[in-house]
Amino acid sequence: MKRFVYEVSESWKIAVTQMRSNKTRSILTALGVIIGIVAVTLMGTAITGIQIGFDKSMAVFGDDVLYVEQWPWKQVDDWWNYRDRKKIKTEYAEPINRMIAAAPNSNLLEAVPTSSLIRSVKYGDSEVSNILIRGTVSDYIITSTFDFKEGRFFNELESRGGANVCVIGYDVADALFPSESPIDKSVLISGQPFKVIGVISRQGSFLGLFSLDAIVVMPLPVFQKYFSAKSESDILVKVKDKTKLAEARDELTGLMRRVRGLPPEKKDDFSINEQQALKSTLDPIKNSIAIAGLFVTGLSLFVGAIGIMNITFVSVKERTKEIGTRKALGARRRTILLQFLIESTALCLLGGFIGLTFAYLMCFGIGKTFPSFPIHFSFNLVMVSMIVSILTGLFSGFAPAWSASRLDPVTALRYE
Amino acid sequence: MNADVIRPLGPIIIDIANITKDYVMGEEVVHALRGVSLQIHSNEYIAIMGPSGSGKSTLMNMLGCLDTPTSGHYEFNGRNVSAMNDDELAAIRNREIGFVFQTFNLLPRASSLRNVELPLIYAGVDPETREERAAQVLRDVGLGDRLDHKPNELSGGQRQRVAIARALVNDPSIILADEPTGNLDSKTGQEIMALFENLYQRGHTIILVTHEPYIARHARRTVHLRDGLIESDDGAVVRELESLALT
Repeated sequence: MKRFVYEVSESWKIAVTQMRSNKTRSILTALGVIIGIVAVTLMGTAITGIQIGFDKSMAVFGDDVLYVEQWPWKQVDDWWNYRDRKKIKTEYAEPINRMIAAAPNSNLLEAVPTSSLIRSVKYGDSEVSNILIRGTVSDYIITSTFDFKEGRFFNELESRGGANVCVIGYDVADALFPSESPIDKSVLISGQPFKVIGVISRQGSFLGLFSLDAIVVMPLPVFQKYFSAKSESDILVKVKDKTKLAEARDELTGLMRRVRGLPPEKKDDFSINEQQALKSTLDPIKNSIAIAGLFVTGLSLFVGAIGIMNITFVSVKERTKEIGTRKALGARRRTILLQFLIESTALCLLGGFIGLTFAYLMCFGIGKTFPSFPIHFSFNLVMVSMIVSILTGLFSGFAPAWSASRLDPVTALRYE
Repeated sequence: MNADVIRPLGPIIIDIANITKDYVMGEEVVHALRGVSLQIHSNEYIAIMGPSGSGKSTLMNMLGCLDTPTSGHYEFNGRNVSAMNDDELAAIRNREIGFVFQTFNLLPRASSLRNVELPLIYAGVDPETREERAAQVLRDVGLGDRLDHKPNELSGGQRQRVAIARALVNDPSIILADEPTGNLDSKTGQEIMALFENLYQRGHTIILVTHEPYIARHARRTVHLRDGLIESDDGAVVRELESLALT
């Protein structure tokens, strides 16, 4: 054991000496690994970044909210079975809430109706299009995860009374009121004025597909007064305990069947959606993107490994006589194998370290230049890159080291 | 130099019996050794001579446990070398044999001290002892002031001294020198031979492989090889005379 330790430390010294005396060659060889590690690390940060962005997007739905909708949040093969379902109506919220109140052990807290459509919003000469206009009740706030940048949400009185007030998303505020506060100003939607009483803080985008900040929320009665045609409605139901989501879901299914008056033999003609279901639909897609990305960047690391293998073969050839001498002096096969494995590993570690430094600087630069780009540099990533470097070194050094360890001492000593 | 001092023989270290070695060269089989028997005692200073192609190098590789015979028996200190695997041979070379090569075979980028330490690393000696012993042997061969010099900062004679120090550092049973003066001028060669003489007097067993008669003359016993066979062995004659004198 002691001997093994001495052999390893000796091999490290030799490796360092070798790299020092062949500086250009070592750097050029390590370059392959440097590029490989930069590629793999950047891909790793991007994947982590996407993961974080994904989780953030998912969080918008809330993990304790059930969505009663016409369509399920997943790929369906028999879409025609869903197409003809009856629309979800905002009026369902009232009987559901009554039934929740009547059941003392209910897992559900509150049903909130929402109704939405897309319109343009105007203020003065400015106009923003493709804004999600949503009508709902004051309790909408409990199913949501957003904060207010300024102002407030409408209260129950405004909600029921159908006051012409609205809460606007960050993008709307930013586009229409670049230099002033939107509070108490009136925006025009389809020619109707609405007084702004609150601005929602920035929420970002959903999976980078669309902005969650291009939204205007108003009381349901006013929404229905002006926009009721062509709008899509659904019911959001907050559950009491998110660990009992499945029970809550079953309970809600029962309530919805009663509301719809479905006889027992009929199938559900509505869908109850939740964040988790969406996640499990999207996770495989996200994972295959990650695997494909790592595979492609892994190829560049593989090319780097081949370079190390090549140079280690050259090194073995050049130092055949030295190997013969070492064997004559008592180096065993294991000793020689170890020596060259450590040399290739040292080279890869050097490459890995430089690569990681570059990757870190690049992440830093990208983060500064494009703050919205999903990139995340973590300590785990550093560990993984270092381990990958070591494995690359062992992989690429093994064949040459093995051939060196099998050299016949007589032949090796005679080699010129 | 005191060439007429003959030290009393110790126990048998090397005992080879009827050794042969064949090499396959393409389609031809070369019989490098055709049945060589030799006994070498502790405290001997023996020269193995012969023209090129005589099997001299092959015999040296056998004696140095760098190679195993095709047939025949080889015992080193009572252990059967002919049946050993690579790693066992490596261990024997490390502990029992000190090699001195014609081309010195020093590691170019390592200091004298690190070169001499090498066999001790393979023997598993701890770093402090290693350095202490290596420095001691280097002082013994007269290089006490050259510990940190790299081979390219040393003269040929000094390099060979480093190599000899390396051969001695693990306190081996035999020193096996293959043309140790072959790459040196004659004056330096004489100095190296004086060093070997000194080692012999201090009780080391030396096997010298050479084709130069004036180098071989330093040894107390000379074995001539020709065509893979022992042509003459004056040690055998001496011993016969000794045994005659006893009766």
